[in-house]
Amino acid sequence: MKGALAIMVGAALILLLAMLTLVVMPYLQMSAEQVPPDLKPYTETQQRGRQLYIANGCIYCHSQQPRDPGFASGDRDRGWGRPSVPGDYAYDQPHLLGTMRTGPDLFNVGARLPSIDWQLLHLYNPRAVYQDSIMPSYTFLFRHVDEAEAGDKVVYLQAAFGPESGQIVATDDALALAEYLLALDHTYPAPTLPKADNPKE
Amino acid sequence: MTPTIAILLIITFVLSTVGLLLLIWSIANNQFSHGQEAARSIFSPGEEGHSEDPARPADPSFTGENTAQAAAINARWTADQSSRTAVLTWLSSSIFWLVLGSFFGLVSSIKMHLPEFLAASEFLTFGRIRPAHLNAVTYGWASMAGIGVALFLIPRLFKTSLAGGKYAVFGAVIWNIGLILGLTAIIIGLSDGKEWLEFPWQIDILFVVGGGLCAIPLLLTAANRQVEHLYVSSWYLMAALVWFPILFLIANLPFTFPGASGATVNWWFAHNVLGLWVTPIGIGIAYYMIPKILGRPIISYQLSLIGFWSLALFYSQVGIHHIIGGPIPTWLVTLSIVHSVMMSIPVITVAINHHGTMMGNFGRLKDSPTLRFVWIGALMYTVASLQGSMEALRSVNVITHFTHYTIAHAHLGMYAFLSFILFGAIYFIMPRLTNWEWPWRGLISLHFWLVSVGIVIYVVSLSIAGWKQGVALLDAAMPFMDIVRMTMPALQARTVGGALMTLGHLVFAFHFVAMLMRRGIGNQQPTLFRPAIKEFTQ
Repeated sequence: MKGALAIMVGAALILLLAMLTLVVMPYLQMSAEQVPPDLKPYTETQQRGRQLYIANGCIYCHSQQPRDPGFASGDRDRGWGRPSVPGDYAYDQPHLLGTMRTGPDLFNVGARLPSIDWQLLHLYNPRAVYQDSIMPSYTFLFRHVDEAEAGDKVVYLQAAFGPESGQIVATDDALALAEYLLALDHTYPAPTLPKADNPKE
Repeated sequence: MTPTIAILLIITFVLSTVGLLLLIWSIANNQFSHGQEAARSIFSPGEEGHSEDPARPADPSFTGENTAQAAAINARWTADQSSRTAVLTWLSSSIFWLVLGSFFGLVSSIKMHLPEFLAASEFLTFGRIRPAHLNAVTYGWASMAGIGVALFLIPRLFKTSLAGGKYAVFGAVIWNIGLILGLTAIIIGLSDGKEWLEFPWQIDILFVVGGGLCAIPLLLTAANRQVEHLYVSSWYLMAALVWFPILFLIANLPFTFPGASGATVNWWFAHNVLGLWVTPIGIGIAYYMIPKILGRPIISYQLSLIGFWSLALFYSQVGIHHIIGGPIPTWLVTLSIVHSVMMSIPVITVAINHHGTMMGNFGRLKDSPTLRFVWIGALMYTVASLQGSMEALRSVNVITHFTHYTIAHAHLGMYAFLSFILFGAIYFIMPRLTNWEWPWRGLISLHFWLVSVGIVIYVVSLSIAGWKQGVALLDAAMPFMDIVRMTMPALQARTVGGALMTLGHLVFAFHFVAMLMRRGIGNQQPTLFRPAIKEFTQ
């Protein structure tokens, strides 16, 4: 039993060491990071949209972390924005950094595509915007009505992508998700970013 | 930044001093001397030189040449029977989740090239089915099968009966409830939102309890053990069963780690699920199965212990290589890259032992289903790990990060390495537990070829397309939609590969159920009495 216990305790101690370096120290350092003054907390609607982003797994195809142009210049050149800093994520719980770019990075999608009509149309049917897009359509976030009532948000569709009769209107969920996407705008300057990292410009 | 570096320096210093002291202590206490003796502890007296492979058609098992040897074999049979209920519960559950998880994976794959496929229902949207796939195969298949095999090996390694098996059965029930609730939560949109940690944290408690219940038989059996030496497999299995509950508990703490530090905890955990949970289980099983089937001990026992401790030290700190270039401190990324490269040490030591033991015995791959699955799994461990070390380098990672290349690598590890070893182990275990022959040996071959061809198509197509995707993403001259179009053939090829693998799993599950229902030829007596005539029934 002595030998078995020694192995288990040794294994646990090594894990504790890793926890110190990879969990505790980064946490202490990053929680002391300055929050950019221009970063706004999410509104209630945006937060609800964020939950829909999580529930429908947008993270499995979209990242939210442009890299430093000195490291991966494509991120800047594609218009995804300046490199992100820890402070940019101060209000993000949980984080949504993502690990796949089957679709483009969304860290600044609100600045890049600021029209809510565009966002709703794209969510309703991505192929109405990009012919060969492989993003799923989120028709379940929309309602098909004969006639939109006052206050309904109508999705403007080309005839080929719309219903034969009646109209498509956005549900509150679709609006919240679009509001969240529009809130993804981190074009403000980041005070903690090292200076002089854009030699090409 | 300066205090962080100071702390790192101090830790490094303390660590090297402790390492040096440990080395001196080991030499002083003769820890290195009983190497090959310990390597032989998996054989019963006189068994060395005889193959044990219940899934193999010919080749009668060693039954002992005198009374003492026969008694040892008989005692092992008793030990095998003692774990029967617990092992069968975990294994049967794992195979159910394997089949379900495969279908989740296949549907996700189809959706990648046919985006309107089953898109109308929110419950079947890609972003829910894909995490359902990952969680079903990781926590359902791989973890449950891994625990099942561990429960079978523990009494064998300790040469005693499994004590407290009922706790493990109860643990399986709780674990299964956790899976049902967790997968349902993902499907109805209640994911926690972090990769590998999607199950809501309230449900995660069930996994901690279920896994913890398996620690009870482990500790009770360890206390009763009849062997002087702890064979290296038991090191890996014991460590894995200690690591997983700690990891899973810390990583799932709700409301603790916000923003970017949440990402570091997320990936620290996610890579440790591979490194400190499924990898030690896979390696531990291979360390048992390969020498047992060949009837010869591993070539270097000392090396296997170096491999174990270096794995523990290095693998526990590699996780942050998943966020290279991300919004986290540079020192943290560098630390993980260094450890990722250092991982080549345990990988090479394990490779020397696994493949070195195989040297001169490769002909056995033809007739032993278990050896074929396990050794190919061990080989893919070497390949996937060295590939992983390369992928952690900044110059390679800048291309492969965010692409399908990573997905191919993940499947090389979780499937071609781990799942293959688990398949092999199950082929070994079932005849021993049920005292029954595998009913149709042709189905074992069919299973092998379906999953092998499937995973080759999967990994090759996605690796090539992923690499091209990564190069193209760095060059903004190529429009994004062109990249999507470029990867399309590989996404379709993945569906073909995935369909073959799913088909293989159906064959495997069917065969497993047939075995449980006692179809085919029985083995009425304990294995040690297996009549020689068995050889001619096929």
